Amino acid sequence: MIETDIIIIGAGPCGLFTVFEAGLIKLRCHLIDSLAQPGGQLVEIYPKKPIYDVPGFPSILAGELVDNLIKQGEPFKPGFTLGERAEQIEKTEDNQFIVTTNRGTQHKAPVVAIAGGLGCFEPRKPELTNLEKYEDHGVDYIIKDPEKFRDKNVVIAGGGDSALDWSIFLADVAKSVTLVHRRSKFRGALDSVEKVEMLSQAGKIDLITNAEITELGGGSDLESVHIFKKLEETSVIKDVDYFIPLFGLSPKLGPLKEWGLNLNKESIPVNTVDYSTSVPGIYAIGDINDYEGKLRLILCGFHEATIMVQSAYRRIHPEKNLVLKYTTVSGVNAFN
Amino acid sequence: MDDIITIYVTDLHGDRHEIQAPTDMGLNVMEAIKANNLTVKATCGGMAMCATCNVIIKSDHELPEMSESEEDMLDEAFVLEVEGSRLSCQIPVSAEIDGLELSMAPLSNPED
Repeated sequence: MIETDIIIIGAGPCGLFTVFEAGLIKLRCHLIDSLAQPGGQLVEIYPKKPIYDVPGFPSILAGELVDNLIKQGEPFKPGFTLGERAEQIEKTEDNQFIVTTNRGTQHKAPVVAIAGGLGCFEPRKPELTNLEKYEDHGVDYIIKDPEKFRDKNVVIAGGGDSALDWSIFLADVAKSVTLVHRRSKFRGALDSVEKVEMLSQAGKIDLITNAEITELGGGSDLESVHIFKKLEETSVIKDVDYFIPLFGLSPKLGPLKEWGLNLNKESIPVNTVDYSTSVPGIYAIGDINDYEGKLRLILCGFHEATIMVQSAYRRIHPEKNLVLKYTTVSGVNAFN
Repeated sequence: MDDIITIYVTDLHGDRHEIQAPTDMGLNVMEAIKANNLTVKATCGGMAMCATCNVIIKSDHELPEMSESEEDMLDEAFVLEVEGSRLSCQIPVSAEIDGLELSMAPLSNPED
């Protein structure tokens, strides 16, 4: 059981900044996110897009903002449970919460902060019969540990950055990499496209465009995929160990509905005094919450995180008075 | 008024709404839908980087041509081939689209 002061569900910008603000008042945090890396939609959807309304930054790339937030929180040694979805919240007799993920990892803390954005990102799945049968038996939607694919035959499908980046990365790891894309052109960054084309010419990636996977074959594990080439109108069967469809991710509200919180459509109504929800000890910050005048902006989420941790502190240490300290006076005192 | 246009939006329950949108605010159709309190998921906020503002255009208005990124995104979400399929965030609110008729597509459902 992982124990901490604040369990943060969602490692997007708000969740990451909570680590810093909580750290300043000596509270420890542990973040849970369904994605394999922190950053939420800034990293998953638009890492290369400039953001112009982060105070003090005339312009900053979304991916850079996330890197900075991670660095800013580092002195406070946050824990991470990544690639796992927070599935269940239970209240314990000693007034704490246990958060369990879909993989069974358990976390215990007196405070839970839901910074879930628009929900958990779930992979967009191609329509293939048998797809679900082979999930975890040869079909993967996110890559947590690339070593899993060492010396294996891998087919990746998709035309965006993640399909390109993973094809490039796995070209040196896997026994063979085949990249199948439905169109002739790729959507990803130009240098990645060029790299893939180079690796294709060097025979390190088998690049098949204007094509799609139409069928999966095998016994209890995946053994082959059918690749339909649209221009030639022919199908080839390829022996594979892994098929990785990378057609982007779409946020779903997911298990949140079952956590016993009051909900207003897809968001959690909060008290703006401290961003507390209808359950004492559970807070909601960032895009997931709702109140009169709510704006779904990163900068507003930072404010909410800052206010919220003060209330969390009073819940955790009711006997202590909290005095606001300025970082210009006290600096940042890292945790051991 | 000259600078206000009308768009007809059929929601996912099949109800048809008449909405108004100003042409001088730099809005796109997704924002106009939102501003009229109709639901649209629109995860990425209008960058053509998701497909959750997907709509089906029903009228024969001449719309701005699809950019490559819109086309790619619709393709990746498997809805490029659907007739009339567009990203509503990529259609500017302008006098040319007055009377536009559209239906919300399943991908725009926030509860999905």
